[in-house]
Amino acid sequence: MAAPVNSVVNSSAKCSSFNATSFQKKTRSRLISIPGTRPSVQNGQLLVSTGVTSLDYLLGGGLAVGTVLLIEEDRYDSYSRMILKYFLAEGVVCRHELFVASAQHTPDDILQELPSPILDDVAIHKPVEQPRLSHEPQDSLDAMKIAWRYQNLPKVQTALASSSRFGHYYDVSKMMEAEIREAAKCHRFYLPEHPTQSSPTHSPMLESYSALLKSLRDVIQREGFEVTAPMSKSRNILRIGLHSLGSTLWGDDLCCHDNPRHGHALTTFLYGLRALLRSSLSVAVVTVPSHLIQNRALMGRITRLCDNAIALESFKGSEREANPLYKDYHGLLHVRQVPHLNCLASQLPDHKDLAFKLKRKQFSIEPHFYSTDVFFLTSHMSFTLKQVLV
Amino acid sequence: MFTELNSILNTSPDSFTQGDFILVSGRQSDASFLIHHFLSFYLRARCKVCFLGLVQSFSHYSAVCQRLGVSLAQAKEKRQLVFLEGLQEGLSVFIPQDDTTGNKALSFLSRDPMVGLQNLYEFVRSSVSSPGGGEEGSDGSEQWGPPVLLVDDLSVLLSLGVSARAVLDFSHYCRASLCSQLQGNVVMLLHCEEEEEEDDGDDEGSERLLKGLIHQCCLALHVQGLPTGYCRDIHGQVEVCWRRRQGDGQHTQNKVFQYKVHDKGASFFARGTSSAVL
Repeated sequence: MAAPVNSVVNSSAKCSSFNATSFQKKTRSRLISIPGTRPSVQNGQLLVSTGVTSLDYLLGGGLAVGTVLLIEEDRYDSYSRMILKYFLAEGVVCRHELFVASAQHTPDDILQELPSPILDDVAIHKPVEQPRLSHEPQDSLDAMKIAWRYQNLPKVQTALASSSRFGHYYDVSKMMEAEIREAAKCHRFYLPEHPTQSSPTHSPMLESYSALLKSLRDVIQREGFEVTAPMSKSRNILRIGLHSLGSTLWGDDLCCHDNPRHGHALTTFLYGLRALLRSSLSVAVVTVPSHLIQNRALMGRITRLCDNAIALESFKGSEREANPLYKDYHGLLHVRQVPHLNCLASQLPDHKDLAFKLKRKQFSIEPHFYSTDVFFLTSHMSFTLKQVLV
Repeated sequence: MFTELNSILNTSPDSFTQGDFILVSGRQSDASFLIHHFLSFYLRARCKVCFLGLVQSFSHYSAVCQRLGVSLAQAKEKRQLVFLEGLQEGLSVFIPQDDTTGNKALSFLSRDPMVGLQNLYEFVRSSVSSPGGGEEGSDGSEQWGPPVLLVDDLSVLLSLGVSARAVLDFSHYCRASLCSQLQGNVVMLLHCEEEEEEDDGDDEGSERLLKGLIHQCCLALHVQGLPTGYCRDIHGQVEVCWRRRQGDGQHTQNKVFQYKVHDKGASFFARGTSSAVL
């Protein structure tokens, strides 16, 4: 950059307080060091980990503070809910504050299912140590005797692993211990506990969504997450997990009709959510049952109002489960949108064909190559030819 | 601003046609880089700019324009730029605070949005005709050129429940006052979704809005992805359509270019002549 950033930052800080958002370029003097975050190498934005290191790599190093990640749910809401739990578990380990909203399950149900982190010590009162790069490999590998110089280098993996030290790994076969979980401050929003009052305005947003938005704004203001809050106290990040927005349990008929009556309720809510996030130190993950939404134009609008968007397509129950091409994976992952904030161009991932697999200690997302042995040995030769030539 | 685009459109900050209504549309592709181009272009041309930034925060636009060599904060201080930050104004309408009267521009969000965008138009009208635009400044304020309105982007208004007819009315009023009366320019960005079929009798839909705006505009830039799919070196194609005859009487045809967006600009080239290919 030719022009120095400092002058812009200072003059905009002098202008008025409502200009301050969380996207001010963090120069060295104003570096806010919050545990569990790091600046992006591309444009200096503050990033947090989603809890899944391969997803962090896809999103350009992590989730930028002040943005929304939209996850289009798979058919049985198993893997999208898993990613939501990873996200919240990462917040517990990094000692961020959590906000969980759900209409179907109580937030406590979701919180009790958080996976247990794989760390030497996740003490409550001590600061969390970052795990070292050479953690236990998944299969037992003896220490190298001949090529000992290569012992400490990261293993070559086809899985997209970021070389960051700010993501953690979790063991999904164990639940997080209650004492670790309860050390984190968590705000809950369970829709049946908020009886909807009919509001006099004809706002396109539903009462359930506006109650959620008000609750979010209250938490942000009360706990001091706004960017313009006084810098005297130490800053923290608020992680917001919103489960299954747009489903009928929120009072929305997006999933029932082709031309829903409340067609603009969810998009209006997402606009308000974006406004809240841009002016506070928080990050949100929203899951939407997109396989129930028939109106593709509406789904496109919902995607555009979120900064990051991925879609999960699991093989469970479909004919692809028996397909030998996909025997190593649990499903496909499509990246619908990547953000371009504070810059002109966006960083799209290199590979468009991605598949995911949920292993016990890792949720891996890999580019999906058609391997040659499958290509030659399978009897569905024409089928694979068509796939490869796509 | 992008110099290659200036040569394609035959304009420069020193000489550009006034009274133009320019439409930028994107289909399956993000066309907002063109809005940054026009913003920096008109600020360099010393016009009085009213920018409705409904999609992103002020610091995002400011950071991008900084890379293009224009400072939005300074333009705001000198009152060359009037910026409406849609996100903050909208939030204050959704969750009204007790003590703020605030800007009435987005008040349509609290009432039925089908009512219309009169307040937004009044905001635009008042911001371009405030003192400093075309009058002698008594306190030494600078004199700016013709007024320009930039909207980013109209499809957000559709997402918030405004009908396509109301948006067409709004654009017509803006065109009538800014282009015809005040001899300024208007640039509007619209993003179209792919829709399977048109609903008869249904007034909403970005396709309907796009057709109406194409009819009103005099220059349209349609941004699309490549028909062959995603490519890392070529981000898409731009179709430039002039709808009026040029001054010298020649009828220019539509032109198609491919583009690639960099960190500090965008490069445009004829189809098939990308530097990655040649």
